[in-house]
Amino acid sequence: MRPDGRVIRAVRPLLYVASTLPGAWVVFALATGRVDGDQVKFIQHVTGTTVLVSLFITLSITPVRRLTGWNPIIRTRRLIGLTAFWYSVLHFLTYVVFDQALSPADIADDVAKHPWVLVGFTSFLLLIPLAVTSTDGWVRRLGGRRWQRLHRLVYPAAVGGVLHFLWLVKKDVRTPLYFAGALAILFGARVWVAWGRRTVRVRRTEAVAPRLRSAGEDAA
Amino acid sequence: MLINRPPDIPSSQITDEAAYANRREFLRAAGLGIAALGGLLPIAPVMPGWGAGRDDDKLTPYDDVTGYNNFYEFGTDKEDPARNAARFRSRPWKVQISGEAAKRGDYDLDDLLTGLVAEERVYRHRCVEAWSMVVPWLGIPLGRLIDRLEPTSKAKFVEFTTLHDPHRMPGQQRAILDWPYTEALRMDEARHPLTLLATGLYGKPLPGQNGAPLRLVVPWKYGFKGGKSLVRMRFVERQPRTTWNIAAPDEYGFYANVNPDVDHPRWSQARERRVGELFKRKTLPFNGYADQVASLYAGMDLEKFF
Repeated sequence: MRPDGRVIRAVRPLLYVASTLPGAWVVFALATGRVDGDQVKFIQHVTGTTVLVSLFITLSITPVRRLTGWNPIIRTRRLIGLTAFWYSVLHFLTYVVFDQALSPADIADDVAKHPWVLVGFTSFLLLIPLAVTSTDGWVRRLGGRRWQRLHRLVYPAAVGGVLHFLWLVKKDVRTPLYFAGALAILFGARVWVAWGRRTVRVRRTEAVAPRLRSAGEDAA
Repeated sequence: MLINRPPDIPSSQITDEAAYANRREFLRAAGLGIAALGGLLPIAPVMPGWGAGRDDDKLTPYDDVTGYNNFYEFGTDKEDPARNAARFRSRPWKVQISGEAAKRGDYDLDDLLTGLVAEERVYRHRCVEAWSMVVPWLGIPLGRLIDRLEPTSKAKFVEFTTLHDPHRMPGQQRAILDWPYTEALRMDEARHPLTLLATGLYGKPLPGQNGAPLRLVVPWKYGFKGGKSLVRMRFVERQPRTTWNIAAPDEYGFYANVNPDVDHPRWSQARERRVGELFKRKTLPFNGYADQVASLYAGMDLEKFF
């Protein structure tokens, strides 16, 4: 086994443990009476923040991989993506159960009337097919390219998640704006990575057909 | 002819009266089951109301009343005020009386209130963010103070101004709102017997995070109408501008009466979470004080004057 594989093998159990920490914090804080005020909002805040942070980490894996050339890092992505999904399930459940008392009419009304609920709800729905198709079996069945195309849904889901946060805040939008800034950087990094790939491709073609040089420079 | 028809519902299918009487227990158990599924079991005060109208108003514990506050002068997180107001000193304290009143002037707070006896009033407190508490305030009916200040016939509104001192109120170092915080009431609202100038809660002086040493409590309005740490009362003829209305006029009206039928543009006001409970309960018109105050707004379009 190459040393890279060994590192990932050691990191993955740590990631499992890390993924349970926000949930453990919620349980601990509530059980020890550390939460004054609205306890449901507290649960929703911790779970929602965990979803966004986990999504952002998954989005940063490809840029980090390109930047460092350390390919095995890709093997942590599914675990982190599923962490985002399971916390979004918890987040959604607290809303459906505690905020809406499982009333379909009230939920429909709330989703239809309030854009931030609609956006959050949509983002949650977008994560479901991604979680379902996260297995090796589904990657095979869909084929790499189609799988990848489907999993681009993570971009609108992340944007929706940040908007959802931004719209629910009464006045002090600093924290959601930090998230928006981080997302912009991550998207920028992806554009940069994609662009880098393209120029690599252009450079490769140059060797074969030097005529393309001027076109490549124009694009730059 | 068959006289004794068998009942079409066998008695085994009829809910036992005791079980029926315990239906809330059943729902509570169901709620706990769901909570357990979500890994949320350790929440101690489980009190499912399932959105039903409830009229039990147990006092909200002191720690919640003094640990979960909206008081942006001390920070925008709910925990910030308790932390940042811990060393706030509210004595000596001056209050300026100005505008359309005979007894204008700068008063020391204790002089202003001499002879006025503080009473305990247990009020529901409904935040515009759809959470609520039940608070045992200690305070003076504002009307009694107003009588003493002899407002003129031109006094149609009272404006209340909060202390502006970014050193003592670190939240004011950022222009999150248009400081100083001002609120206002129509004269009849201000004189209403329910309107209170609070000086304490739970039998103690007001903690800094709750608006020491003097704050307004108007129980049928959203909490933001209750200006805290007041340094000025001004009697005016024209309706004053108020802070949250300036910040977002489509979201926060001048009246801000609690109204389950008029939603905040971004969220519903139909229900609220009583702090300490998991499930939301229905919000009552005028926060349950409609019998006492609805007549103040007779003939007004409450959707327009929200």
